[in-house]
Amino acid sequence: MVMIPKVKLNIDGKTVEVNKGKTVLQAANSVGIRIPTLCHDPRLEPFAACRVCMIEIERGKSSALITSCNTEATDGMVIRTDSEKVLKTRKMVLELILSDHPRDCMTCDKCGACKLQDLAYEYGVRESRFFESPGGGIEEDRNPVIQKDKSKCILCGRCIRICAEVQQDYAIDFKNRGFETETGTPFGKSLLDTTCVLCGQCVSTCPVGSLVEKQAVGKGRDWEFKQVKTTCAYCGVGCTMYLNVKGNQVVKVTSKTGSIPNDGNLCVKGRFGYDFIHHPDRLKNPLIKKNGKFEDATWDEALNLVALKLGEIKAKYGADNIGVFSSSRCTNEENYLAMKFARAAIGTNNVDQCART
Amino acid sequence: MSFGSGSMTNSISEIKDCKLIFLIGGNPTEAHPIVGLEMKKALRKGCTFIVADPRKIWFAQHSKLYLPVRPGTDNWLLNSIAHVIIAEGLENKEFIKTRTEGFEELKAFVKDITPEKASEFTGIPAEDIRQAARLYAKSEKSAIFYTLGITEHTCGTDNVRTIANLALLTGHIGKSSTGVNPIRGQNNVQGATDMGCLPDRMHGYQYLSDAAVVEKFEKAWDVKLSRTQGATSPTMFERMDKGQFKALYVIGEDPVMSEPNQDYTIKGLKTLEFLVVQDIFMSETAKYADVILPATSFSEKDGTFTNTERRVQRVRKAINPIGNTKPDWQIICELSNRMGYKMDYPSPKEVWDEIASLAPLFAGINYARIESNGIQWPCPDTKHPGTKFLHEGKFTRGLGKFFVLPYRAPAESPDKQYPLLLTTGRTLYHYGAGTMTRRSAGIIHKTNDCFVEVNQQDAQELGIFDGEMVRVASRRGEITTRAEVSDKVKKGIIWIPMHFVEAAVNKLTKDAYDNITQTAEYKVCGAKIEKII
Repeated sequence: MVMIPKVKLNIDGKTVEVNKGKTVLQAANSVGIRIPTLCHDPRLEPFAACRVCMIEIERGKSSALITSCNTEATDGMVIRTDSEKVLKTRKMVLELILSDHPRDCMTCDKCGACKLQDLAYEYGVRESRFFESPGGGIEEDRNPVIQKDKSKCILCGRCIRICAEVQQDYAIDFKNRGFETETGTPFGKSLLDTTCVLCGQCVSTCPVGSLVEKQAVGKGRDWEFKQVKTTCAYCGVGCTMYLNVKGNQVVKVTSKTGSIPNDGNLCVKGRFGYDFIHHPDRLKNPLIKKNGKFEDATWDEALNLVALKLGEIKAKYGADNIGVFSSSRCTNEENYLAMKFARAAIGTNNVDQCART
Repeated sequence: MSFGSGSMTNSISEIKDCKLIFLIGGNPTEAHPIVGLEMKKALRKGCTFIVADPRKIWFAQHSKLYLPVRPGTDNWLLNSIAHVIIAEGLENKEFIKTRTEGFEELKAFVKDITPEKASEFTGIPAEDIRQAARLYAKSEKSAIFYTLGITEHTCGTDNVRTIANLALLTGHIGKSSTGVNPIRGQNNVQGATDMGCLPDRMHGYQYLSDAAVVEKFEKAWDVKLSRTQGATSPTMFERMDKGQFKALYVIGEDPVMSEPNQDYTIKGLKTLEFLVVQDIFMSETAKYADVILPATSFSEKDGTFTNTERRVQRVRKAINPIGNTKPDWQIICELSNRMGYKMDYPSPKEVWDEIASLAPLFAGINYARIESNGIQWPCPDTKHPGTKFLHEGKFTRGLGKFFVLPYRAPAESPDKQYPLLLTTGRTLYHYGAGTMTRRSAGIIHKTNDCFVEVNQQDAQELGIFDGEMVRVASRRGEITTRAEVSDKVKKGIIWIPMHFVEAAVNKLTKDAYDNITQTAEYKVCGAKIEKII
């Protein structure tokens, strides 16, 4: 094992020891000191765009304001995260961000889960002295899963960076300059006509309501959902994800950074491939074929018929004329019961599944 | 096998720290996107990639060395890499001496398998093979990743063992970020095998050939068990073909779509006296059933899945069953009770407890322990943290074994009548037979039709344009699909994804199987393309 050297610094009067290479933000978080962020996502390289993670660092007799997300922690640093200077500056930064952000929280899908809303609330930023009506609005795009509201974008660059750094798809980037700056595809093309793979990672990282799941718009907000932690049912990676449920409806799928093994990442199937659950084609009743046609049956009728028929065939031809195919889609418990059923209830070892095919 | 058990030797979290990744017969950015992201992380950190694949996949474009191997010739490539490693003295002598057996036999065998000879079969320049061997052997942390491109051949098991030879030669195994890693295709294909849904073993890889195992289960289950060898699914279909099989209970599978040679599969199912299908949709197989039992989806039930890194993870019920459906476990129990064998479990938790109590591999795993994060087996007791990577210090079977495996040609190669080599696979947007993804509005908007990838030169000779509908035929059937002309596949090779019922590629594939695992050869058969107009 390579030993990583440690550094010692002082944050808000506490001595903090971390591995060399960690940022001031990480050092503070490691001892439970919270520094607010907007453009930070642990899956991404530090970017220091939003400036709300500003902290005060002692420089001899004076002090300086620096961003904690991209400053490496070094030996002997003395840092304040809650000084008057820090709080005043942070409030100003929020005012500047809000100067270009609509105040329509009452109709925003992100309301309740919006980091900007939380910070504005925490710092009591009700009015912005710089307020101008932000341009744009919901962009028309043929893509069926990602909705973008240009006016709500705070240019933190998280969507762009997750697309480039994590996905390495490079579908979107910053465009234009100055007040006209926005994020988007080349020449304003639809996402469907770019290198975008519709993974929705940009939606997952957007701290505000600029990027949302199109199919979930208007169907509920964070506090209305029951978030059920489960494991994705597509490929063998087994990503941890949350089904967001309202009533008896799965409204959307989300994940959280730090989850094993996917660290909050999901692919297009995991994130957007859930509407089969409520598809009208779902089989809803047991079916028995009569004269070549399927007819609805009760569970009793169907199960009794299956038990009877399997029993007859076993008696007439022997158990080894019956087979069970179990499924790599079902749970462990179900597979165990399927093989137990074949061996103990039918009495044959003819049990297999599709691992070989 | 070579090490003694079949699964990933490393964890997904170790991928980012690999120094060299040798990716062969796998396309993680599409088939396993999140593993793909971890590999991209490694790429950003400077990991060297060697990619052997007949298609110029994403990682091929970002690799140090791309080996466009002709499907079915992996054996030549791998054995010749072993040749170079030994010929240039790059093998790990200490590791070979202390942890392996059979080295001299392998050394004698690969002596004649030169890169030049291999080049003739694989189509890869000899110098690239040499370069691959050097890069792989010399890197400090080399890991091999493979998927169905290696296993879906009549020589699939051979291929896996030939890969294992390379790890044993260089000692690239049993360490963090260093090993041999098959990535499993379905969410719980690892679990289904772990749970003993195999004719020759109980769950936890307890073989029925061991009398003590049979006795243990007879006592625990309070039933007399059959000593007769069970049949695999290909064998069951063979017996159907001969009219010697009478009933089948299919749970959550769609063999009509997923088995090779569709006509043969359907013919087999039609010979049955009784077919029960338990599924969430009217699958192609369900159409031939006598009784269909409607099951719930994963969102409507509790349980566990085991992922490709052997991690047992919770599945949780989020909504009530849709319509009149029931979870599979409940249906099986109710059916068993009606057949006179009592199965009485209040919930899947109690089923898991029984699983753990009867298999040492899972003995330490219970629902309370995996409440927040899953645990990787082997986990022998409730104090054990689970196992991140396998074969540290010692292989499951003791010493690692080298296998001497000469090349075996695929069951069907291209010929005059069917001059193209057809190989199959998966895409990012769809899954398996498409029963789920093709009912997802968002996904079908992006892509919802089948296609055949054709090389530009072949297309020119055949007079086919990009986007044109063409007929693809093999000895077993034909389909009509859209041509995608590019240089992604090499001349002489065509590729078709497996998800589309209206152009089911398994109408074309050959029902030839690996001699040991009975995995079908989806990756090679002869085919031809014809213009429609």
